[in-house]
Amino acid sequence: MNALPEPLVASLIAMLQAGVILLGVLLLGAVLTLVERRLLGLWQDRHGPNRVGPFGALQWVADMIKIFFKEDWIPPFADRTLFVLAPAIAMASLLLSFMIIPLTPSWGVANLHIGLLFFLAMAGINVYSVLFGGWSSGNKYALLGAMRAAAQTLSYEVFIGLSLMGVVAMAGTFNMREIVAAQEDLWFVVPQFLGFMTFLVAGIAVTHRPPFDQPEAEQELADGYHVEYSSMKFGMFFLGEYVGMVLISALIVTLFFGGWQGPWLPPFVWFALKTGAFLVLFMLLRASLPRPRYDQVMRFGWMFCLPLTLINLLVTGALILLADPL
Amino acid sequence: MEIAFYLSGLVAVLATLGVVTNTNPVHALLYLIVSLISVALVFFALGAPFAGALEVIVYAGAIMVLFVFVVMMLNLGQQGVAQERAWLSPRVWLGPALLSAVLLVILVATLWSGEGGRMITGETLTARAVGSLLFGPWLLVVELAAMLLLAALVTASHVGRLPGPAASSDRRDHKEVP
Repeated sequence: MNALPEPLVASLIAMLQAGVILLGVLLLGAVLTLVERRLLGLWQDRHGPNRVGPFGALQWVADMIKIFFKEDWIPPFADRTLFVLAPAIAMASLLLSFMIIPLTPSWGVANLHIGLLFFLAMAGINVYSVLFGGWSSGNKYALLGAMRAAAQTLSYEVFIGLSLMGVVAMAGTFNMREIVAAQEDLWFVVPQFLGFMTFLVAGIAVTHRPPFDQPEAEQELADGYHVEYSSMKFGMFFLGEYVGMVLISALIVTLFFGGWQGPWLPPFVWFALKTGAFLVLFMLLRASLPRPRYDQVMRFGWMFCLPLTLINLLVTGALILLADPL
Repeated sequence: MEIAFYLSGLVAVLATLGVVTNTNPVHALLYLIVSLISVALVFFALGAPFAGALEVIVYAGAIMVLFVFVVMMLNLGQQGVAQERAWLSPRVWLGPALLSAVLLVILVATLWSGEGGRMITGETLTARAVGSLLFGPWLLVVELAAMLLLAALVTASHVGRLPGPAASSDRRDHKEVP
């Protein structure tokens, strides 16, 4: 080790960490497809996939093999460039967002001081995957799905940012590590409960998970924006949904539930446990709630969540100024 | 950082050229998005990551989505491409290109004759610094911009409001009469 200069070792370790986190997130996303189906089976009093491997534990491997070897079909009426680009944007923008999440005091890819803004920027870019995917398919249902997705994501992104500003104001920084450090005495979920609730709702809406899956509502739109996709291109949209779910869960844990902090257990175990709890919550929401109508989703966002986040931000600002006048 | 600055600047120029010359409106918008993101990278390279992030969030992530949204709804297809191609005939773009070439020469000459010693420094501006600058010496401008935006918001809500009962009943009467 002495032969290598210090900065080289540091950068090699950082690269290794980034690679491990990337692979870990992808594998977790793949495994979650199975976990979700098993849990849905449990809650709905049926078996779920239980044939491949012990308790069906290898079902995701079988699914991956199947999806990789399917015919990769591009419709002749599609806009080829955008059709191929869309799933790549979906996957890349979500995976890049993991850059800012600190897993433990020593693990994490980047320590940006605009951390949270980077997530918002990537969430903004992520909209294009659905828009381009839906438009380039040359399919009416896909276009309708893309239209819904764009309107829904734009509306909910307005206050996904606003709901986080309370946390930013209390921590006094956009840096994720400093936000975690600021929660040493009290998790932000207590003073920022409204912010947490709206972020949770907006997080589900932005990843278009059920019950906010209007863009791909099967009963109305066949499958929405990815109806023309097959093989691994569809797989990237599909896996992207799970990666998005992991991302939102990890963000909620980092911003509102103290990140890696907790007694007795090592930091990573705490982080994983908290994130896992939110992943299960996401799945439970899917299992238990019906899908609201599209106009109800939009109305709820603009009429209820947006005022709530604004009030939350105003009160937070007033209290901070009261406690510590400039 | 300098390499990043020049590379992303080059990408921005090429992508903007792509916006002008591309005949497919959605592809042209894609080039515009790339151009905006590379401008954001220029901001990063210049040590203003806050401005860069805002560029991506506001321009690439919100405004351009609306553009793409509207163009998608118009469903221009082959007709639109043909029209764009007709506009790009040499006779049409020759005049404007000559005029802008003169402007380019003036720009390059000005940059050439100016002080050449300016280099990119590694100083990074934090969000806190930007905020205290905006709400300190530039408070008046920020408030004026806020008033302008409020006026735009009221106008948009007025224009986009649903027709009142009087207007809608009129229309219905008109339809029901055989």
